[in-house]
Amino acid sequence: MDRRDRFRHNILTSGHSACSGCGEAMASRMVTDLIGPDAIYIGATGCLQVFSSHNQRSAWQAPWMHSVFSNAAAVAAGVEASLQARGKKIPVVVQAGDGGTFDIGLQCLSGMIERGHNVLFVCYDNEAYMNTGVQRSGSTPHAVRTSTSPPGRVSEGKHHVKKDLISIIAAHHMPYAATATVAYFPDLKAKVEKALSIDGPKFLQILSPCPLGWNHDAALSVQVSRLAVETGLFPLVELEHGEVSRVMRLSTQKPVEDYLKLQGRFLHLFNDKQGKTQIRHIQALADTRIRRYGLLDADTNWTSASASIVQRGGRGTYLPVVPAGMSDHNAKAQG
Amino acid sequence: MRKLLEGSRAVAEAVRLCEPQVIAAYPITPQTHIIEHLAQFVADAELHAEFINAESEFGAISIVQGAVAAGSRAFTASASQGLLLMTEVLFNIAGMRLPVVMVCANRAVSAPINIFCDHQDSMSVRDAGWIQLYVETNQEAMDSIVQAYYIAEHCELPVMLCMDGFLLTHTFEPVELLDQDTVKSYLPTFTFNRMLSPDQPHTLGAGSEPENYLEYRYAQHQAMDKSATIVTAAGDKFAAAFGRSYGLLDCYFSQDVETVFVTLGSAMGVVRDVVDTLRAQGESVGAVRLRCFRPFPAEALLAKLEKSCRVIVLEKAFSCGASGIVATELRAALQLAGVSLLVHGYICGLGGRDLTCKVVENIYQQSLAGPIAQRHGFAGINVTSSEGGG
Repeated sequence: MDRRDRFRHNILTSGHSACSGCGEAMASRMVTDLIGPDAIYIGATGCLQVFSSHNQRSAWQAPWMHSVFSNAAAVAAGVEASLQARGKKIPVVVQAGDGGTFDIGLQCLSGMIERGHNVLFVCYDNEAYMNTGVQRSGSTPHAVRTSTSPPGRVSEGKHHVKKDLISIIAAHHMPYAATATVAYFPDLKAKVEKALSIDGPKFLQILSPCPLGWNHDAALSVQVSRLAVETGLFPLVELEHGEVSRVMRLSTQKPVEDYLKLQGRFLHLFNDKQGKTQIRHIQALADTRIRRYGLLDADTNWTSASASIVQRGGRGTYLPVVPAGMSDHNAKAQG
Repeated sequence: MRKLLEGSRAVAEAVRLCEPQVIAAYPITPQTHIIEHLAQFVADAELHAEFINAESEFGAISIVQGAVAAGSRAFTASASQGLLLMTEVLFNIAGMRLPVVMVCANRAVSAPINIFCDHQDSMSVRDAGWIQLYVETNQEAMDSIVQAYYIAEHCELPVMLCMDGFLLTHTFEPVELLDQDTVKSYLPTFTFNRMLSPDQPHTLGAGSEPENYLEYRYAQHQAMDKSATIVTAAGDKFAAAFGRSYGLLDCYFSQDVETVFVTLGSAMGVVRDVVDTLRAQGESVGAVRLRCFRPFPAEALLAKLEKSCRVIVLEKAFSCGASGIVATELRAALQLAGVSLLVHGYICGLGGRDLTCKVVENIYQQSLAGPIAQRHGFAGINVTSSEGGG
């Protein structure tokens, strides 16, 4: 094995049981091969843990440990403290899904960052609890069909906007936090390398399509994640010490429908008038993110106040989405 | 050298001598003094350890788990709600056979919220797969910390040292200090052969299936059973090194007496006084303290009790809707051994209620009158109905 050839490390080696087209397996293989075998990997409970360490068979060619769902960041902090106490410099890497990051793992993650542990936390964000059968998470975008946010007679899917986790992470005086996706490997590679060069906590949120949960063709994982970027729904950004330091700008903006129509989780929105309203809402969210990170030269019509209006709960209809400044709500919000 | 030490300080001194590399904790009464002392040792460079202020007890136990898996000796302490918040990780640590040592400064559990001592917290996690030692004095707390590391690292099982909140943690007693060199020779340097290291990559915490989960659990149970001999050996070796001996049980005039009290923790002090009083009156009474509750030392206990006529269990925890936990396990052990012996079970001292000599003497008199109507009595309970008793 040539240790200089990063794609020969096979830290996550073959024989695991991920679904075909699994964005998380793809992303993890990229990340772990970039980091290499001289690191300690901590996994949260979730798809990656299940398909890579099933029934006492391990696909990991590097030291790897899984404790429980929500404590991966704390376990990593303990590993790092042990290394620190023994004067050893070995990268410690957490790999967790969005459930283990946005929701149940957020407290341990926040503590780990606040205490400044030298740990790289990688979140493979597939926007729902896929391992348990596609339930809604704090990362699930607005209007998505999941098994616990099903569209119905009085519902259009999930009623809440995806949690803006990267901002929450950045707000911890975070040395380095970045988003990436499997469609842009050179970008991902640069971000992993940058993260590894930093002594302290660092965070990567990698959009990882799930053909099963997103209900798209397994051959389209890379295309789907590229469209998430090209529509502005998933901006590729870097934040250093709380400030945006670099973004991947867009030459043109693709309409969100290009992204939505490939995925069964959004198809209910194409059936009726209410769904069309939601598509306009999703477009507003994309436009807001484009404006916020300056991804395009041209201005967009939307503000975060208008884009993030949703009605709470599992029933009822949504408030109509209107351009900024056109409603009383926005007038008040901006006034 | 003898010194007047608070229980928490005695524990912290012992932890310092064991030289853990990582300490993680979260404040909770009545445990907090332990970690405060340790934080000061680290601040004064009297202890070279990473001291990590966790964001919760759940985080603290997880940090300790990671540290031990990475090959370091580590320490944490908690109590009550904090211990319960750790529960998921306690099971995980035991299943992964990680030699973690922690202190539980025993405290009641909420609701109603109560900061004072009983054993409902640690008893609630008795099935987690941790060795549990209950100590009576500050001296024993200090000595048992050193033994706990010895036991954990020899069995690859975690050890929970349970000491009564306030009654020990905040109480000053004369304590014979331990000598650093003797501790060093007693407790070898920690090595963990499954440690996370790129030199020899291991996978820890992989999944299992119906066809092998049972076998993993069985192996864990066997290790737990076998650990009783290590607990005994650790005590014997400690006696040889330091001159104070410890074992699974601590007996007080328990040989060939009619009535034997069985209890845990600092309550034994009161029981010793009552035994003295009753013996002075000519009664045939003795007492046994369960120092080791997990593994349950059924054999050793039966050997002490089988010649007696009655056993009175005084315990500071119970399984709500069932019975006292120690009494139930003792009854089961007696039945399995074919020994017919009346066990009077009493729940006492919950939420810091004083267990006085008078209460214990009343229980003794009651036991002479015959079995209580219920499976257990609540000692000293103040209710208008005739329920309870004692």
